[in-house]
Amino acid sequence: MGSPVHRVSLGDTWSRQVHPDIECERNLQSFNVERLTNILDGGAENTALRRKVESIIHSDPKCSLKDNYFMTQNECYEAAVQRKFHIQTIAKCLGWSENSPELFYAYRAVSGEVALNIHSLFLKALRSLGSEEQIAKWAPLCNNFQIITTYAQTELGHGTYLQGLETEATYDAATQEFVVHSPTMTATKWWPGDLGQSATHALVQAQLICSGARQGMHAFIVPIRSLEDHTPLPGITVGDIGPKMGFDYTDHGFLRLDHVRIPRDNMLSRFAQVLPDGTYLKPGKLQINYLSMVITRVNLLWGEVTPILQKACVIAIRYSVIRRQSCLRPSDPEAKVLDHQTQQQKLFPQLATAYAFHFLTSNLLEFFHSSYDAILNRDFSLLPELHALSSGLKAMASDLCSWGTELCHKACGGHGYSKLSGLPSLVARVTAACTYEGDNTVLYLQMARFLEKNYLQAQASQDSTSQRSLPQSVAYLTAPDLARCPAQKAADFLHPQLYTTAWAHVAARLIKDSVHHLQTLMQSGADRYEAWNQTTVMHVQAAKAHCHYISVKNFTETLDKLENEPAIQQVLKRLCDLYALHGILTNSGEFLHDGFLSGAQVDAVRTAYLDLLPLIRKDAILLTDAFDFTDQSLNSALGCYDGNVYERLFEWAQRSPTNTQGNPAYEKYLRPLLQSSRAKL
Amino acid sequence: MNQDLRREREAASFNPELLTHVLDGSPENTRRRREIENLILNDPDFQHEDLNFLSRSQRYEVAVKKSASMVKKMREFGIADPEEIVWFKKIHLVNFVEPVSLNYSMFIPTLLNQGTTAQQDKWLLSCKGLEIIGTYAQTEMGHGTHLRGLETTATYDPETQEFILNSPTVTSIKWWPGGLGKTSNHAIVLAQLITKGKCYGLHAFIVPIREIGTHKPLPGITVGDIGPKFGYDEMDNGYLKMDNYHIPRENMLMKYAQVKPDGTYVKPVSNKLTYGTMVFVRSFLVGEAARSLSKACTIAIRYSAVRHQSELKPGEPEPQILDFQTQQYKLFPLLATAYAFQFVGAYMKETYHRINEDIGQGDLSELPELHALAAGMKAFTSWTTNAAIEACRMACGGHGYSHCSGLPNIYVNFTPTCTFEGENTVMMLQTARFLMKSYDQVHSGKLMCGMVSYLNDLPSQRIQPQQVAVWPTVVDIDSPDSLTEAYKLRAARLVEIAAKNLQNEVIHRESKEVAWNLTSIDLVRASEAHCHYVVVKLFSEKLLKIQDKSIHTVLKNLCLLYCLYGVSQKAGDFLQGGIMTESQITQVNQRIKELLTVIRPDAVALVDAFDFQDVTLGSVLGRYDGNVYENLFEWAKKSPLNKAEVHESYHKYLKPLQSKL
Repeated sequence: MGSPVHRVSLGDTWSRQVHPDIECERNLQSFNVERLTNILDGGAENTALRRKVESIIHSDPKCSLKDNYFMTQNECYEAAVQRKFHIQTIAKCLGWSENSPELFYAYRAVSGEVALNIHSLFLKALRSLGSEEQIAKWAPLCNNFQIITTYAQTELGHGTYLQGLETEATYDAATQEFVVHSPTMTATKWWPGDLGQSATHALVQAQLICSGARQGMHAFIVPIRSLEDHTPLPGITVGDIGPKMGFDYTDHGFLRLDHVRIPRDNMLSRFAQVLPDGTYLKPGKLQINYLSMVITRVNLLWGEVTPILQKACVIAIRYSVIRRQSCLRPSDPEAKVLDHQTQQQKLFPQLATAYAFHFLTSNLLEFFHSSYDAILNRDFSLLPELHALSSGLKAMASDLCSWGTELCHKACGGHGYSKLSGLPSLVARVTAACTYEGDNTVLYLQMARFLEKNYLQAQASQDSTSQRSLPQSVAYLTAPDLARCPAQKAADFLHPQLYTTAWAHVAARLIKDSVHHLQTLMQSGADRYEAWNQTTVMHVQAAKAHCHYISVKNFTETLDKLENEPAIQQVLKRLCDLYALHGILTNSGEFLHDGFLSGAQVDAVRTAYLDLLPLIRKDAILLTDAFDFTDQSLNSALGCYDGNVYERLFEWAQRSPTNTQGNPAYEKYLRPLLQSSRAKL
Repeated sequence: MNQDLRREREAASFNPELLTHVLDGSPENTRRRREIENLILNDPDFQHEDLNFLSRSQRYEVAVKKSASMVKKMREFGIADPEEIVWFKKIHLVNFVEPVSLNYSMFIPTLLNQGTTAQQDKWLLSCKGLEIIGTYAQTEMGHGTHLRGLETTATYDPETQEFILNSPTVTSIKWWPGGLGKTSNHAIVLAQLITKGKCYGLHAFIVPIREIGTHKPLPGITVGDIGPKFGYDEMDNGYLKMDNYHIPRENMLMKYAQVKPDGTYVKPVSNKLTYGTMVFVRSFLVGEAARSLSKACTIAIRYSAVRHQSELKPGEPEPQILDFQTQQYKLFPLLATAYAFQFVGAYMKETYHRINEDIGQGDLSELPELHALAAGMKAFTSWTTNAAIEACRMACGGHGYSHCSGLPNIYVNFTPTCTFEGENTVMMLQTARFLMKSYDQVHSGKLMCGMVSYLNDLPSQRIQPQQVAVWPTVVDIDSPDSLTEAYKLRAARLVEIAAKNLQNEVIHRESKEVAWNLTSIDLVRASEAHCHYVVVKLFSEKLLKIQDKSIHTVLKNLCLLYCLYGVSQKAGDFLQGGIMTESQITQVNQRIKELLTVIRPDAVALVDAFDFQDVTLGSVLGRYDGNVYENLFEWAKKSPLNKAEVHESYHKYLKPLQSKL
């Protein structure tokens, strides 16, 4: 088993000894934690590589996060630029390339809190939307940081609805240039990261107008700041959009373009191009614009959203074995709060969700990579399913991870509210994912359209003899369905097959109901658009149920692959069971609705669920250790590996500027106030 | 004014002014509230800086400055009525957070409640005049809600007639008290009293912590700020560590318990009265939940009427996002909840005052129920509001995430309500304890009165004990009264299930406490159902008191939406209990969508009726005039990151990055 040394804060006096209350949690190991870490990392060699990178990054004090909580927005941004600079310097030294696992691990080590995060997004968009010549020209400039780039899509007045964007790029055949322009106040680009102060170039999404015709959204590379002195170029108004709930380290910006001219070659042209005379050619599909969003969403789930919930679980669960509150037996000392049933009910479903999404997003990433090359070669057959999955799962994962992280925050009581717990920053960060990269409601509805289409196709193919197979994720729509759940007793609900079928049943029913309701409205005279709007609440519910089904099914399939690891399989199966059953209980109305589950069966689910809690309790700390986050990347006084919560909290608080910088408010206002009242007495 | 908002206001079916009177309690209250608000807004000394652009230390400084000027203004304006002081502070402080607030809300009331007349004579004048700025130090690093676990000690020394205060462990350091970090020079400290070698539990002591004149910590005292938090930037929540710190015997508050000069301990007669402050604070928090949620709804609904997005039909102009069914489904149930909580908040306040008068006359009979109700309602409304503010923020899309929306501030300042003044789960379990007690009393033949009287009608009392699931299904989904009955049945059923499971565990476990812990999920569920029923009941009853027909109609629709949305969310409970049938649930879901359409034309007027000034909302998105985008741009230009055209980090890091690689 690997030594735990790497987990402990370097140079932190408290980490020399482990708090007995957390040490005893690690004494009885029902499974090999190191092995589970390897599985999560995708192999022991990855674990080793990750730890090597972490030790390099953590030994450089310039990459440290420890003063983050005390910084102003300005200081945070500067520190993030500095960290980016140092990591790039290290990467250059050690030969870590862009997209290398080493860099991915380096960013994980600093919790992603670096500037220029969108720089790599630009590169991804360039690679998927740019021609070979364009990639050859721009990619090296990016890789060498000769230019700093951002991706400017969202506007003040429009976000998720792409067709509504107002920025225009009008082709001028006389000069062979595009004139990029913000025609209204609401057309101002708003929110792109790295735009406020850092970027020199922006990939601007704009309405292409050539030969007088509007051709929809296309991407243009627009230089915005001087490469000499970084001042905005003529025609460019650019700046920071001001303070936000989180992401202090990112300079989200605004950009107004006043008839800015760029060469014809600056329009990305893998899938569409404008010839010198203004002729518009479009060999690709319109949906191809979605490809870069698909990439972004998949990476977002893998690199950002899921790890945040994992960290929140680590912090809350570790703190819950140190914190003691009330006696469970009159004679006993106060109990660890994790021994309270209500605390288990709060935290364990989140832990289960964190594992569920880890496996879900890792498989989605795999599916994405396997279909990506085909798409670049213009085989679009998998794109609809990929698009639907990335939309729906982004929505569900960000919803549930936000909810879960918030719950972990509240489960830590007052101390969770302190920034030093690390939880407020995690909450502020993960919650943003519910609205960026596509508002979740809109994304669920995109999934719903895919479901509607496939449902209708399934109906059609059942009626005819032509059996066109459905995409894999919706194949269950044609599978035989039970009207009643066969479970007889609580233990029956611990069969993955049984609860997966239950979720499939509910998803299929909700899809059917929403499609039928839509058709009924249309038959009674409403047009398609009105009818769609009147059924969107139902469609969202159907899409949610489908996503839930996908995540349950994926978790059970992951377990199947762990046959050679029986101990790990067993401990993960409990989490899988808990995840599925918790979902059933929170949505029990849907399962009872058509009598699929009886009232007695729901009671049995509740019994099975409650019985799982004490079983998971025994492994809880080990399950959080397995994520193997370093103390430095957790940056939490409550969540450190050694459990010395209170000592650290006290020590960290001393560093607050409110303690180190005197009290000017006393001299200015309190003293006069105190003296004026004394004079009166 | 923005054209969309103008149209919305013109099309409303009722006069929002009349509804404002209902919310304030009377037209006279509305008038006086506005008068006070205008006093402040028209006052040249009242300058409202945009706190969003300031550092934490600067925000603290601004708050202290405001507190200082506020003390003077209140004297000047002759504002002395507690209700009016609250109005005054709300508008003055915007976020309602001030470092000296604990002096008034905790230090002075505790002195009044627990100090002897002599002690009041000695201290009261100086703290009212702010020669002494006091705070209240109860919570420790290792213990919060569970009071008995507090570790700070006060050991009496009869020789010097002093108490010696100590923080014996790291976990015993006082942690979180507001105003302790930088502002206060005295604290009422809760500590375990030890005299003649025996510990007598928690008692309150007045402890000087900073030197008058220099404001320096006194010898033996370690005091400071606990560092940055999610919100409450203006507040210097602090820590306090005491090492063999001596205070005179007279500094122990001795109205009830006493320590004689020789160290003899004299027990208090009754300690029920200490409930009083807690009940008051929790009742007050229910009103705060309503207020925060009303603000969030105002911002989200106004912005949704201004924002246009996407298309419902190809070729038509982009609709207001408030016309999307999904947006209505997100926001209108929350609007209904805001109104529900407004009425619950008013009820809690009235009840508190009524019962407080009874207590004054020695009648403590209603105190246990009020105590249980205040605990549960504080938890129920704060959990709901916490999630609802977030939902409002997300309904505003990306702009909701910017501080310009005001929503992040509302959220971060509200969310600690779930954990302070009694952690919510613990609060729910306190309510559950009362419910279980009441259930047992009904079983032993006693009739309950008040909000729990439904336990008298449990069918198990009449038929066989096992038949929990059999209920008459006669719910009219268009009648708030009938829906109240349905919620009552749900509460009764879940209380009974919890009680039975508890009894069952008690039989099988070695101790009552273990059994209680193993039933606690069921117990919390029962309390939630009870609180939900109380909210529904109070909302329905409020309808009966509304005279104006147009106001009655619009409030009835909100009440129905609140009830039906809850049924839909908790459909499992209503189906499993046989309270409603499957086809009724389908009807409920359909009816909800109809109500969304009915409420839609009145949505903006309904939030206007909350009557928040733009300054109080602190939101660019929620402005009354709806001129969102222009002001958003102006606001952003003031961001600290925009002070220099080229940020210094460009010269330090970005330029070297470009050349080095």
